[in-house]
Amino acid sequence: MNIAALFNDRHYRWFAWGAVVLVLLALPFITEAVLGRSWVRIIAVSLLFVMLALGLNIVVGFAGLLDLGYIAFFAVGAYSYALLASPQFAVHWPFLLLLPLGAAIAAVFGILLGAPTLRLRGDYLAIVTLGFGEIIRVFLNNLNRPVNITNGPQGITLIDPLQMGGFSLAQTHSFAGLTFSPVHNYYFVFLVCAALTIALSLRLQNSRIGRAWVAIRDDELAASAMGINTRNVKLLAFAMGATFGGVAGGLFASFQGFISPESFQLIDSIMVLCMVVLGGMGNVAGVALGAVLLTALPEALRYIGPLQQRWFGGVLVDPADLRMLLFGLALVLMMLLRPEGLWPVRRRQAGKGNADAG
Amino acid sequence: MDIFAQQLINGLVLGSIYALVALGYTMVYGILGLINFAHGDITMIGALVALTILQGLAAAGLPAPVLLVVAGGGAMIVCAALGLSIERVAYRPLRRAPRLAPLITAIGVSILLQYSAALVWGKQYIALPKLLEPSAIDIAGAQLTTLQLAIFLLACAIMAALLWFIKTSRMGRAMRATEQNPDVAGLMGVNTNSVIAFTFVLGSAIGAIAGLMIILYYGIGHYFMGFMLGLKAFTAAVLGGIGNVGGAVLGGLLLGVIESLASGYIGDLSGGVLGSNYRDIFAFLVLVLVLVLRPSGLLGQQNGDRA
Amino acid sequence: MPADILLAASGICKHFGGLAALSDVSISVRRGEIFGLIGPNGAGKTTLFNVLTGLTVPDVGKLTFDGRRIEGLKPHAVAGHGIARTFQNIRLFGSMTTLENVMLGRHLRSNTGVLGAVFRTRAAVAEELAITRRARELLDYCGLAARADDLARDLPYGDQRRLEIARALATDPQLLALDEPAAGMNATETAALKALLERIREDGITLLLIEHDMKLVMGLSHSVAVLDYGEKIAEGEPEAVQRNPRVIEAYLGSGFA
Repeated sequence: MNIAALFNDRHYRWFAWGAVVLVLLALPFITEAVLGRSWVRIIAVSLLFVMLALGLNIVVGFAGLLDLGYIAFFAVGAYSYALLASPQFAVHWPFLLLLPLGAAIAAVFGILLGAPTLRLRGDYLAIVTLGFGEIIRVFLNNLNRPVNITNGPQGITLIDPLQMGGFSLAQTHSFAGLTFSPVHNYYFVFLVCAALTIALSLRLQNSRIGRAWVAIRDDELAASAMGINTRNVKLLAFAMGATFGGVAGGLFASFQGFISPESFQLIDSIMVLCMVVLGGMGNVAGVALGAVLLTALPEALRYIGPLQQRWFGGVLVDPADLRMLLFGLALVLMMLLRPEGLWPVRRRQAGKGNADAG
Repeated sequence: MDIFAQQLINGLVLGSIYALVALGYTMVYGILGLINFAHGDITMIGALVALTILQGLAAAGLPAPVLLVVAGGGAMIVCAALGLSIERVAYRPLRRAPRLAPLITAIGVSILLQYSAALVWGKQYIALPKLLEPSAIDIAGAQLTTLQLAIFLLACAIMAALLWFIKTSRMGRAMRATEQNPDVAGLMGVNTNSVIAFTFVLGSAIGAIAGLMIILYYGIGHYFMGFMLGLKAFTAAVLGGIGNVGGAVLGGLLLGVIESLASGYIGDLSGGVLGSNYRDIFAFLVLVLVLVLRPSGLLGQQNGDRA
Repeated sequence: MPADILLAASGICKHFGGLAALSDVSISVRRGEIFGLIGPNGAGKTTLFNVLTGLTVPDVGKLTFDGRRIEGLKPHAVAGHGIARTFQNIRLFGSMTTLENVMLGRHLRSNTGVLGAVFRTRAAVAEELAITRRARELLDYCGLAARADDLARDLPYGDQRRLEIARALATDPQLLALDEPAAGMNATETAALKALLERIREDGITLLLIEHDMKLVMGLSHSVAVLDYGEKIAEGEPEAVQRNPRVIEAYLGSGFA
């Protein structure tokens, strides 16, 4: 039985997708029962990374612009939210205003950081974006003197959770006999956001803009000869990618309640890049899958610590380090063996999407 | 004036170290068109290997120069082997691959090196055993230590030797030919694979020396030290004109001086708003400015075409 | 034949380092004609193309297209004015299908942005349908309908060349500039290409082509210009140019004139 066919078949399609939705809705409760609440947190965070990875996918996967500083937009979104919803400036704006604002600020940064890179080729582009990411990180770390803006390495704490009226996501609620802890609440918010991100990505992919991005990726010269304003289209890729990152950042800040420059290092940019590359650059579903896998697997590796204890009588390899080693190895092996990713871009039939979707 | 002279001296010494590392980047880029992201980390491995040898032999009571030569030699061997293997295993299979692939592989190798180092040496800072008595001379109101002088002279000697080698030796000619046009060089009887391998070995060995110098200069080693160093050295290579060996030398010295002067004066210039903790940014700013305004660098060739 | 000039290049000079790729080159292409550009290898024909389409900025010279000055304009702006081109080395968007390549050609003549795409507005959907429809028409026109869903990089060579033409036509050009469209084609394919080009011209598009296939270019063109070492050495009707002693000398060497 071919599962993919099940989703494509006109009659069974509704059942298939319905089942998926039900599983996703029930997942936090199932997870909590089987693996404990810490794992609910992990799947919630993995949904955030789905958003991030899809944002970077626009830049790297669609437009072919190797951005090694993407986490900067995540940071911008997070700090925008945190600065305006915490004791830092004693300002507490509502999230409905802050999230779009964070997205807009991130988009502006996307254009600012993208603009100087427009004439650069792949390797140079990567290094410059990396440089920008680092510059932002250093500023976040140091903008606590003479005027304390970002509170430096200590970060911003007591960030407001998502709340409206008296209803706060940071409180436990009961409904229909189920207990919704804060993590559960955020899971559902992130689930909706991730789903929206996936839908947005798909729509962009199959649009005039999406084609322009891929054309630039395949052959920028030919694209410009065919009338594409490559400068504007590239900036648009940066801006869109940054927007996704910015929204994810705001959600992250409200979820954690605390952010610091520690969360926005180069290695985090590289990790998101891993998710895009490993998942299959350009393939929306693949990248989403890559994000989930690469968030969950390293957590699973934590068990290696106690396992090593049992097998070797001591922890030889710090699980965090092991995770990084495996990352590095995965990147190299991936490029050598399967550069198109785990789930390469499958050929979508142009024109067919429109006829079906309506 | 004091600050200026001191920062100038510091900048030149540090810059000469940057230049040595930059040579590795520029030679590989010239010949393969690839930014060897892992080069900074190879330098780091050299530094830590040298450090370990020094720690191990410190108790043996040998004179400092002997220790340094042994440490340097050991580091060079390890790095050369490392550079050779990386080229063979990770880069060579991707010679004809689309440009994103080797860059991502290079990042992967870089991560692998960093965390293998963390595995072997741990993540704490490792101190250099006391080897040399600090002594300094006064120049124009600033201090120049014998260590600084030694580093600077050795680095310059290595750079000069390399330039001479590339210009006059048979292998040097082969390197230049392969850089210009690998296919034709191959047709002329040059074993391009050997030349490329040699380039990696050479760059890595020189990087090892640079690593030893860094250890001596700062007195500590750390598994993550290759990252910043690599980035700055790459900036230096770009500043001078990537692919141009003379450019790497010029770029390295220049970057060292810029960085030193800027972090020395930034407090005054910014009215106290920005301090020397922003030091690392200067390299990035230089990088961005160069790539945006004059991508071919100081000694590179201008390309006026859009195509 | 209409006499007004669609494209006029005058005094075009371009140096690369010490090499003079183009020296004081001037040509005039009349609206509705087929204009051939010939010359030995390395004469500067593709460089002239690159200048005409904005990929290369000339050192000196004037370019007028449809009454407007276009020298120094960026490639996409030149395309916007109505010049479309194909490339000597075939530059297709390999990871896209045949149909998608042609749809990309419609980018210039459409305007759905991010908002339209994201919200699937009625205008956006309608435009996408129109783009698809026009692209399929062009595929039919160029004989590629059967290959619509194949990846561009998987197409056989002759089809790739025709796809480049279809994609260029999608931009609704007034002038179609073709760089060696018949390169590597056999006699049958060349005949089919000739028929296609004549049909394009009949449908009102002016053609400018670089070609080495003498039979093709002389048989098609109304006017021909000859470049040699970056200079124009002859311009005029094909028969006259063919008999021009300088032209013969350029191709065959002195002693044959």
